[in-house]
Amino acid sequence: MQIETVFAGFGGQGVMLAGRVLAEVGMKLGKEVVWLPSYGPEMRGGTANCVVIIADEPIASPIIAHPRDTVVMNRPSLEKFCPAQKPGGYAIVNSSLINIRPDRDDIRVVEVPANEVAIEAGSGKAANMVMLGAYVGVTGIVPVEAVIEQIKEEFQAKAKLIPLNITCVERGYDIGRAAAGYCV
Amino acid sequence: MKVIFRRPESLSVTPTHYCPGCTHGIIHRLIAEVIDELGLREKAVGIAPVGCSVLAFNYFNFDFQQAAHGRAPAVATGIKRARPDLIVFTYQGDGDLASIGMSEIIHAANRGEKFTVVFINNAIYGMTGGQMAPTTMPGQVTTTSPRGRDVNDVGYPIRMCELLSSLRTPAFIERVAVHNPKQVINARRALKQAFIYQRDRVCFTFVEFLSTCPTNWGMSPVQATRWLEENMMPYYPVKNFKTPEFTEGQNAD
Amino acid sequence: MAKILMKGNEAIAESAVRAGGLLYFGYPITPQSEIAEYLAHRMPEVGGVFLQIESEVAVANVLYGAAGAGARVWTSSSSPGISLMMEAVSYIAAAELPCVIVNIVRCGPGLGGILPSQGDYFQAVKGGGHGDYRCLVLAPCSVQEAVDLMPLAFDRADRYRNPVIVIGDGMIGQMMEPVEFTEQQFPPLPPKDWATTGCQGRKPNVINSLYLDPVEEEKLNFKLAAKYEQMKKNEVRYEKFRTDRELECLLVAYGTTARVCKTAIQRLDDEGIPTGLLRPITLFPFPEEAIYELSQRARFLLSVEMSTGQMVEDVRLAVGRSKPVYFYGRAGGMVPSPEEVVDAVKRYLAGGDR
Repeated sequence: MQIETVFAGFGGQGVMLAGRVLAEVGMKLGKEVVWLPSYGPEMRGGTANCVVIIADEPIASPIIAHPRDTVVMNRPSLEKFCPAQKPGGYAIVNSSLINIRPDRDDIRVVEVPANEVAIEAGSGKAANMVMLGAYVGVTGIVPVEAVIEQIKEEFQAKAKLIPLNITCVERGYDIGRAAAGYCV
Repeated sequence: MKVIFRRPESLSVTPTHYCPGCTHGIIHRLIAEVIDELGLREKAVGIAPVGCSVLAFNYFNFDFQQAAHGRAPAVATGIKRARPDLIVFTYQGDGDLASIGMSEIIHAANRGEKFTVVFINNAIYGMTGGQMAPTTMPGQVTTTSPRGRDVNDVGYPIRMCELLSSLRTPAFIERVAVHNPKQVINARRALKQAFIYQRDRVCFTFVEFLSTCPTNWGMSPVQATRWLEENMMPYYPVKNFKTPEFTEGQNAD
Repeated sequence: MAKILMKGNEAIAESAVRAGGLLYFGYPITPQSEIAEYLAHRMPEVGGVFLQIESEVAVANVLYGAAGAGARVWTSSSSPGISLMMEAVSYIAAAELPCVIVNIVRCGPGLGGILPSQGDYFQAVKGGGHGDYRCLVLAPCSVQEAVDLMPLAFDRADRYRNPVIVIGDGMIGQMMEPVEFTEQQFPPLPPKDWATTGCQGRKPNVINSLYLDPVEEEKLNFKLAAKYEQMKKNEVRYEKFRTDRELECLLVAYGTTARVCKTAIQRLDDEGIPTGLLRPITLFPFPEEAIYELSQRARFLLSVEMSTGQMVEDVRLAVGRSKPVYFYGRAGGMVPSPEEVVDAVKRYLAGGDR
């Protein structure tokens, strides 16, 4: 079993971090993982994406032309990555910033108003964690408790951000769980 | 019998390959004397450049590395950073240091690398047969400036002591000459001072030697000495350019 | 020890530190600057030396000096920076000094781009600088393998007194994978009694590459050549994947490209086209015997590279005219996909594109 997930958005939206948290969790669960960034000159503001692969067997090619799932935080990312998804995959779409839907009927789409949820929880900057929570909720790819543990570790040095990020993961997770019913 | 003159232990017994009237021999001897006097021979590592002194390692009786053209300050940086206890000096000509190795010397000086640079400025490329150097005098005829150095075409000779002195990093920088006994005595003093600063881990140290190249200047040794006094010394003043603020023992281990 | 998730560049840096590579000199260039950034904080913790030098030209000459003084020294860069180092690498090889150079290859020629490539194969394995010399070249295909090869690189550099290049495409440097640091044991190394460490109690040592007498220079050339022959005898490393059977095609690929090929092989298996992979881990010495041997159970060979065809020349040399050797490559920062490799195999199987 191998699941490939693209996390994509504007630089600064935290897609790299969201992907890395998932990869760390996967590793700690004893899975094979790869986290592969698109490395470009843009440090901020440009498009950023990373691929996370979680598998039971050693991962052969880390280069994924057709990911199973996508977590897209802005419109260019949706336009770029959703058409390449494998049939049957999931697309988690940040509906706060994206007013279109993937033009496909063979993938399962979950709309998440990530920015609104994050702002309500305390800061729009944590929208990435809402998206990650939603993705975990709808796919069950890893237990949400493991994600929360990882966030505690990730934000060790900035402990005051831990409650915010956990809240965002949990609210995203609830949205994902609720959606799992109708979109599966 | 009282010995009043002998070969320094730091010099090996090797017949010279330098031309008659060339000042490399004097400078080699001064380095050897100073290293002997300070008792540094067994910790010394010299770095030979590319140029007439490419074979310098044959003349000295201590460890040596031969460097690529212009890169001696980088090589010295490597040795000194690996083994700060060693006494390291580069021996570089004007083509090596002021042309192809300009970047290496500036940055080593600016980092304050604690080695000694012996810079031989004879205003010409010796080994390759008398081509124009960055330090060639205005109007000076060389094989690649057959009508004399045209400053409108290739700029003015580079004054390395002045250039390096403009860096803020503390350093010991002095220009000396060796074309008469008085100048030799002064040069020896400056060179010794440089090695003392290095030994005491004070700063980057740089001694420029105004030198003659009778062969490629097309002169007799006596004429060359006069030419150096009349042409080079007014443009390249012999003096101290920079001395670090330092009190004896401040860097004692 | 628990596995930790690390970016290739940082893992390489940590592994080098643990292998005693405590002197690092470098100059920033994408996509490997994380190595220098990591070491800038790590070296002071372990009593090592990190120093940012003014250029790659100078960096490699600093390595020469430090290696000559007996230190275990290394650097890292990416393609254009490696080109600048080639001057001193030639001197280092000639003076028989040990050092490790990590090249996280980006696409070229020229300034090129910052995306992954295998376009520096020729430079790495055929000498690279001027004169008659070779570097030992190690090519990891994963972050874990990069970690495992660093101690070997330092050991072999010291053992052969020769530069060792660890070559990874940008992907190896940038991706994160779980890694485990395990201590490797090597036989004791001979003392560095040739180093310029001060001549107390012995005759002066000279580190030199100047031999004006042709008799002496030739002696050095033959000595170096004999050393490279020793490497060919003792250092060849490779991985075989699904080669224990009759094959339609034997793929030859290294680094990230080899992983792409593994995925392609799984798909070709599904379609009933038995295909195997030989992955060189050492690019010099090249696993020519193993390739020849395996080629005899395949109908043809396909060299897959992120270049327009470099390693394929060595594959052809290894196989001679006994089997057809084809090439599939992407360049410019493009990475071959498993689908493309599958298509290429099928195309040559059908006799197309010859």
